[in-house]
Amino acid sequence: MNLQEISLFETAEQLGLNRRETENILERLGRNPSKTELAMVSVEWSEHCSYRRSRKFFKNFPRSGSVPTLVGEDAGGIIIDDLAIVFKIESHNHPSQIEPKHGAATGVGGIIRDILSCGARPIAVLDSLRFGSLSGLNHKKLFQGVVDGISWYGNSIGVPTIGGETDFHPSYSENCLVNVMCIGTASKNEILTSKAKPGCAVMILGARTGRDGIGGCSILASQEMRAELEKRPTVQIGDPYFGKCLIEATLESASKGLFVAVKDMGAAGLTCTTSEMSAAGSCGMEIELAKIPAREKNMESYEFMMSESQERMLAVVEFEKTSEVKNIFHKWGLEAEVIGKTIPEEKVKIFYHHSPAAEIPTQLLIEPLPVHPEIKSRPKSPGSQYSIPKIENLKNLFLKFLELPSLISKQWIWNQYDYMVQTNTVVPPGQDAAVLRIKGKPWGIAVALEGNGRYCSKDPFLGSQYLLAEAVRNLACVGVMPLAATDGLNFGNPDKPESYAEFISCLEGLTQGCKILNIPIVSGNVSFYNESPNGKILPTPIIGMIGKCENLAHIVPSGFQNQGDKIYLIGPQGTDLSGSLFLEFMEIQNNSLPELNWEIERKIAQITIELLEAKFLNSCHDLGQGGLITCLCECVVEKGCGAKLEKKLSIEELFNESPSRILVSVSKEKKESFETKLIAEKIPFLYLGETGGDKLSFNQLEFQTNELSKIYFQTLEQIMSF
Amino acid sequence: MKVGVVQFPGSNCDSDVFYVCREVLNQETIYLWHEEKTLHGCDFVILPGGFSYGDYLRPGAMAKLSPILTEIKNFAFQGGMVLGICNGFQVLTESGLLPGSLLKNENGRFICQWTSVRVENIKTPFTSLYRKWESLKMPIAHGEGRYFVDKNTLSSMEQEEQIVFRYDLGNPNGSMDFIAGVCNQKKNVLGLMPHPERCSESVLKGEDGLRLFQSVFSLSGHPLSRLA
Repeated sequence: MNLQEISLFETAEQLGLNRRETENILERLGRNPSKTELAMVSVEWSEHCSYRRSRKFFKNFPRSGSVPTLVGEDAGGIIIDDLAIVFKIESHNHPSQIEPKHGAATGVGGIIRDILSCGARPIAVLDSLRFGSLSGLNHKKLFQGVVDGISWYGNSIGVPTIGGETDFHPSYSENCLVNVMCIGTASKNEILTSKAKPGCAVMILGARTGRDGIGGCSILASQEMRAELEKRPTVQIGDPYFGKCLIEATLESASKGLFVAVKDMGAAGLTCTTSEMSAAGSCGMEIELAKIPAREKNMESYEFMMSESQERMLAVVEFEKTSEVKNIFHKWGLEAEVIGKTIPEEKVKIFYHHSPAAEIPTQLLIEPLPVHPEIKSRPKSPGSQYSIPKIENLKNLFLKFLELPSLISKQWIWNQYDYMVQTNTVVPPGQDAAVLRIKGKPWGIAVALEGNGRYCSKDPFLGSQYLLAEAVRNLACVGVMPLAATDGLNFGNPDKPESYAEFISCLEGLTQGCKILNIPIVSGNVSFYNESPNGKILPTPIIGMIGKCENLAHIVPSGFQNQGDKIYLIGPQGTDLSGSLFLEFMEIQNNSLPELNWEIERKIAQITIELLEAKFLNSCHDLGQGGLITCLCECVVEKGCGAKLEKKLSIEELFNESPSRILVSVSKEKKESFETKLIAEKIPFLYLGETGGDKLSFNQLEFQTNELSKIYFQTLEQIMSF
Repeated sequence: MKVGVVQFPGSNCDSDVFYVCREVLNQETIYLWHEEKTLHGCDFVILPGGFSYGDYLRPGAMAKLSPILTEIKNFAFQGGMVLGICNGFQVLTESGLLPGSLLKNENGRFICQWTSVRVENIKTPFTSLYRKWESLKMPIAHGEGRYFVDKNTLSSMEQEEQIVFRYDLGNPNGSMDFIAGVCNQKKNVLGLMPHPERCSESVLKGEDGLRLFQSVFSLSGHPLSRLA
């Protein structure tokens, strides 16, 4: 069965292994590998599964914070009271680019099973999407397909999609990004792990195994985007009905204590689960492939080992409990078969119809040949020199600016997602952060998801800190201090020094920022190779941040609520336009970002939470992309409550995107005590004007709120009616 | 009153309804598995939202063939109280317990949003605690909720006062005559697309759904109590 030397190297290369790697396999195995063995190593060593180029940087992340953390399994988490809250982001970029609906759908399914592997019930999903411009039909179809996929899978499976963020930039036009974050809860004593132990049965659970997704992690996810159509067979096809039944059957079995260990079959399917579960428990596994319920006839052994068929789990179960597991899974219409056993010897042994197909030490599988991509320091970007031409018609310019796909409401997207199922959604999509109540607890949790490739492309280090700062502000706007974060890191080809340098700088920025904030990163995902013949994507780290909401009654809306409230900008005013969407809109080159002062940022978050607790605020919204003018517009359109600004504002003041700022409205009678408090706390603030009427007016310009509202809420719908 | 919440594989609002009945309104509540051949003495059966058996053929098309539906039909014919919400409504029309059918939304997309729903008939055991023409705030979340029925049936339904809820302030899914919920002639079977269980607690920013459940729980001397 062993491959001959020449065909070995050829086959290895087709599987994504280079000559050095193949030689290393030969040396460590002490013989030529079989086809199945080579296939197994190729998927397990793929960048997507092995994190070879990234994992050494993660050891610098803070892993503990103000509450106990769970780190090291498929998903990480925190413990609040007796409850474990587990969460993670995962990407499904290349599959979504090739097959938008199923690529995005399986992205949702995959991350849900990561949460499920911890024995936690998935309670919410959020997604972060990036597309090129929405000008061409293909781009619109891709966008629609991804939203369809998330809607189809997420809605059917009964996990609410409670928030997210979407942005557009030409760099994503041939390589869209689909990052999904999932959150789950479990009693802290019932958290499951993937640690196998010897002397138990190994069971495959869920759907049948087919030929789909073969090479998904190695050929598709660990290479740049080229020759798209040929890669279509590497995309997995999901089935939300099986996904939903798998959740219920797994949790029912877990609640009865039937599992020793369990792991989701995602990337690299059976190879990944057998090797990683064995390694986690310092043991091995012996598997008979003929016992696997298969969807197709005559599958070869390497196909079984590489298949990424969805809705499957691998479980280690004590022999006497296997029939009970079978009963539960059969009740839910799912497969559950004993396919082998765990052994003390640290090897993965695969048989097919009793003849050996592979026998590999687990260490060989999980410890790939290290790679050290070239590290070049990033060239210093030129300073923030820019000059603004004289603006003739601010009104028209403003209306055009507001129509930018980056700034308009994404309601068209989230109205297609069931964001209420499970009846926990207290703050739905469309606000700064989503908030869930936890049934049976007086508190809830708040989640913010943030990404901004524009900032990170200008300054990866500072740009990634901007994300952290904005996520902290998002949470502050619903009265919550952050407790932990997860990251989804989307970059270009790491073997190209410029992409790798961006990755390292972003990571350094995140690491330093999280240390300053005392926020642990408990889980994460890396997606490299986001490059197409058009070039690489903007460096796009995504941050998901979670905090505990002590009092759900303190939350206020983000938009203006009443006539005659006083409007304030809390935080430093800022006049530096560098890094802003406005400069990009004006086609003015610029490569820097305004300064970020962590001390002020923290103070602003802290005071916002205090102001909410003391019921000073009637509305509260953080400033982000698009600056003050965009924030004002959002506050006005939410309820159709206008505003009149007294202070004349410069272009710089209206459009800059400096951090550390929050826009609030305060009842007239609380004006004085509010100002006194801010002065006493030495918080910079600026009185802007008063709410009321049906217009937004400033600088002698007037905008009807219904006109703004039409632009804000209906533009995306119009774009997508094709 | 003993409440039974039906569980098909693929149901996903089962635990939400269960929570409202048991935790919010303190009623004895059990799950009824789709393969069961008894209703375990329940006085009120709820078919919850979701995607029964995946709904790949047509919403409710498989569920109507399940063993529990035989029991529910017998129960309904004897006057037992049956409520179908969202997918539950689809199951009720598919199985002939309610007239009409639910087609793909007019815009072809899944829609999740709050809607305004008007109470058309308060002389049903499900709506006795509402005021006539009262406008309720209730969420919808469905891809196939456009109510359709032939003209003759519609006029007889109107005569029999079987139209219980209508959307007002807009028609989110293109339903015929703005219909959001209907009952049978005997008024003991109700189906509606909006989710009353999602607006039964103040923390969820709406409590208009609560009185639907309370109307049923406040019944006494109804034929169903003689069944037990």
